[in-house]
Amino acid sequence: MATLTATRHSTISPWRSTAQRGVVLGLVVLFIALVGLVGAFAKKDLVYEVISVGQFLLLISGFIGGYITGQRSEHLGIAARVLHGTMVAVISGVIVALFLLLATTVDFRDILVNSNRDLFAVLQFKQEAPLSGAIVLVVVFAVTGLAGSLLSLPPQRWRAPIMTGLLVVLLIGLLADLLDVLLVSGPFKPLAEFLFPRKGISVPGALALFVVSAIVSTIWPFFGQVTTPARKWINSPGRKPVKFTLIVAVLVPLIIVLPWVLQLYLSDVMTNVGIYILMGLGLNIVVGFAGLLDLGYVAFFAIGAYVMGLLTSPDSSLALSLTFWEALPISMVVAGTFGVLLGIPVLRMRGDYLAIVTLGFGEIIRILATSEVLLPVIGGPQGILGIPKPALFGLVFKDAQYIFYIVVVCALIALYVSWRLSDSRIGRAWVAIREDEDVAEAMGINLVSYKLLAFAIGATFSGMAGGIFAAKLGSIFPHSFNLLISINVLSLIIVGGMGSLPGVFIGALVLVGLPELLREFAEYRLLMYGAALVGMMLIKPEGFVPAQQRKRELAQEDVFPEELEEISAPAVAEEVAS
Amino acid sequence: MSLLVANMVTKRFGGLTAVSRFSMEIPERTIFSLIGPNGAGKTTFFNCVTGFYTPDEGDIVFNTRRINGLSTDRITRLGIARTYQNIRLFQNMTAIENVMVGQHSLLHSGLVRTLAWLPVLVEENKATTRARELLEFVGLKGKGDVIAKNLPYGDQRRLEIARALASDPQLLLLDEPAAGMNPHETTAIMRFIQRLRDELKLTIFLIEHDMRVVMGISDHVTVLDYGEKIAEGSPDDVRANPKVIEAYLGKPVEEV
Repeated sequence: MATLTATRHSTISPWRSTAQRGVVLGLVVLFIALVGLVGAFAKKDLVYEVISVGQFLLLISGFIGGYITGQRSEHLGIAARVLHGTMVAVISGVIVALFLLLATTVDFRDILVNSNRDLFAVLQFKQEAPLSGAIVLVVVFAVTGLAGSLLSLPPQRWRAPIMTGLLVVLLIGLLADLLDVLLVSGPFKPLAEFLFPRKGISVPGALALFVVSAIVSTIWPFFGQVTTPARKWINSPGRKPVKFTLIVAVLVPLIIVLPWVLQLYLSDVMTNVGIYILMGLGLNIVVGFAGLLDLGYVAFFAIGAYVMGLLTSPDSSLALSLTFWEALPISMVVAGTFGVLLGIPVLRMRGDYLAIVTLGFGEIIRILATSEVLLPVIGGPQGILGIPKPALFGLVFKDAQYIFYIVVVCALIALYVSWRLSDSRIGRAWVAIREDEDVAEAMGINLVSYKLLAFAIGATFSGMAGGIFAAKLGSIFPHSFNLLISINVLSLIIVGGMGSLPGVFIGALVLVGLPELLREFAEYRLLMYGAALVGMMLIKPEGFVPAQQRKRELAQEDVFPEELEEISAPAVAEEVAS
Repeated sequence: MSLLVANMVTKRFGGLTAVSRFSMEIPERTIFSLIGPNGAGKTTFFNCVTGFYTPDEGDIVFNTRRINGLSTDRITRLGIARTYQNIRLFQNMTAIENVMVGQHSLLHSGLVRTLAWLPVLVEENKATTRARELLEFVGLKGKGDVIAKNLPYGDQRRLEIARALASDPQLLLLDEPAAGMNPHETTAIMRFIQRLRDELKLTIFLIEHDMRVVMGISDHVTVLDYGEKIAEGSPDDVRANPKVIEAYLGKPVEEV
């Protein structure tokens, strides 16, 4: 293997791969610029009056080019690594600069709408003449490429703080407006004024953030190794209930005050995230545990929402006017039943075929909702209006700040169910089916009942999410239940980590929460989704929080490391002896 | 008493008759080998016994019960377990989890009990203990938490047997257990298979190409060629049978 890579490196000259990388990077930057991302982001300041997010995109491209080249050419000398890294950035800079010169002389706007003054202004870095702008552009790329390749040289220990610092500044800069609103009214007012003077972060604020996060990321690993008496006590055997109580004692008040800290808009975002977490937990059972790729998952969300609408709204055709609490279990049961009904015909299908057929089911449900046939019952394109808000003992859950609690409770229930199932006879049977259906059957697992159980539970969670969704909005329309929701839910599972429960939470926060916060770039949402998924598949295909295999044999729960060695030492000795 | 009886079993794939009117009887607590050249229909017959295929004609009777046509999972629950020619473990599960999946038919926790949490704790603990014992029995002590695909080849073979044993079968079907093993490992697996018969009182139905294994441990050998039985009897009988020699080595030149 080692010889193989060596020959590969010697046959392809480093200059050729540098040229290739440079051209690819240049074209990527051009693409990003021409779809309008750079122009759109130019209006948002990252660091106030110093750099916009658009410019940051350009800088980071050169940086990443240099960094990756430096990392991938470890067989070369230090000087060569820096040289090649810089050259990649320069080549891509030249490509963008050439485009700039061409576009400022010939008008492309008929074909490429975004090739306009806004974009040129960013690319020229405040220079008047396009030529001097182009030169500055190439120089900027060269400098960032140099910086990137230099940063690829030191070991990970030194690299991590700088990367963390940059990421934190970027993230806080992107969310500056929101954070400002949140902080300015509370006790953190001085902090808000220091960090966010007008738009974006202030220069000293950015520096402070960078330094603080770099320091934290440096000392964090050491902090993890420190064994204070308190930590030792809490980790010693038999303390699990104490640990659990402590966590609950911290989390419960936090969750209770969260909507009021976040205020209405962010609570709304969090409620949406929660609804996606519910769906994610459900689909995670179907796809993550049992490996049944279901692309029509939105159908059960729609069924849950429509059942809620039909049963509770006085304006619906049934006009039963049930309460939310009576209707929610019915929504879940009906959705679960449909999960089984739609599961039966696809029992014999695997992989791609299953995906396509379930995709079809999802569409059938959506089309039925808009169709003439069901118009008298569910209102066709007009949907169902006047769904009442949930109420409990006189307390009306009137907006997202209240609905949030319902979502949290439901998500906790779903989490409990998923958690119990994941590590049980049923969960193992599902994973066995995912790994090898034929062998699973030969282990005595009844494929029909276990597949249908997965479909049913997944659909039930989705129906629960749909019911809450309907009550939250107060009205539902067929067009809310499109394929995109299925894809969103699937993506968040993939990004979080297939079959991983914390992964669902992280995935939902990243893929549903972040885009909601960056509403101004909503047009580019799908583009970023695509980029995120492709990037994820290349860099971390197992997801942010990969599902963990539970250790059973030696590291049993409550066994402390010292005891572990005592157990394993004789075992090893025995093995050596035999 | 015969544990497994096949009576005129035939399995066709389109025009090809993979197993043709095959009959045999496996007495209890014996090691019964099925041999034959590649493509003779041995694995096809295994698949008929385990319910993966349904025979086109004939009957397969296990413990006086006709089992052809039953689904694979039901046959497993009746007491037949198998391993595969090309190892088919649940690759991304740990060794101990693989064995616990094997115990599936012996455990009973359904949805309600699992969600109620406490009732399953006892069962899960028992299952884990039993899985650990089985791993120790096959010589994988200390490797329970290794992901199956990271185990060395020989260990994967052992794990597959442990997983098959976990369903507490009466009849164990081993499909080329010694394939890819060196002479030392082969000797070990021979002794191990004998232990399965003598200590666990299992009946072993074995497909094997390694003649040292077949002749060394079998109580009874049946030879298949082109789907038809051409010989059966004790290892010595079969070894001397001219038809068997012909099937494996071809006809002598002068007779052609």
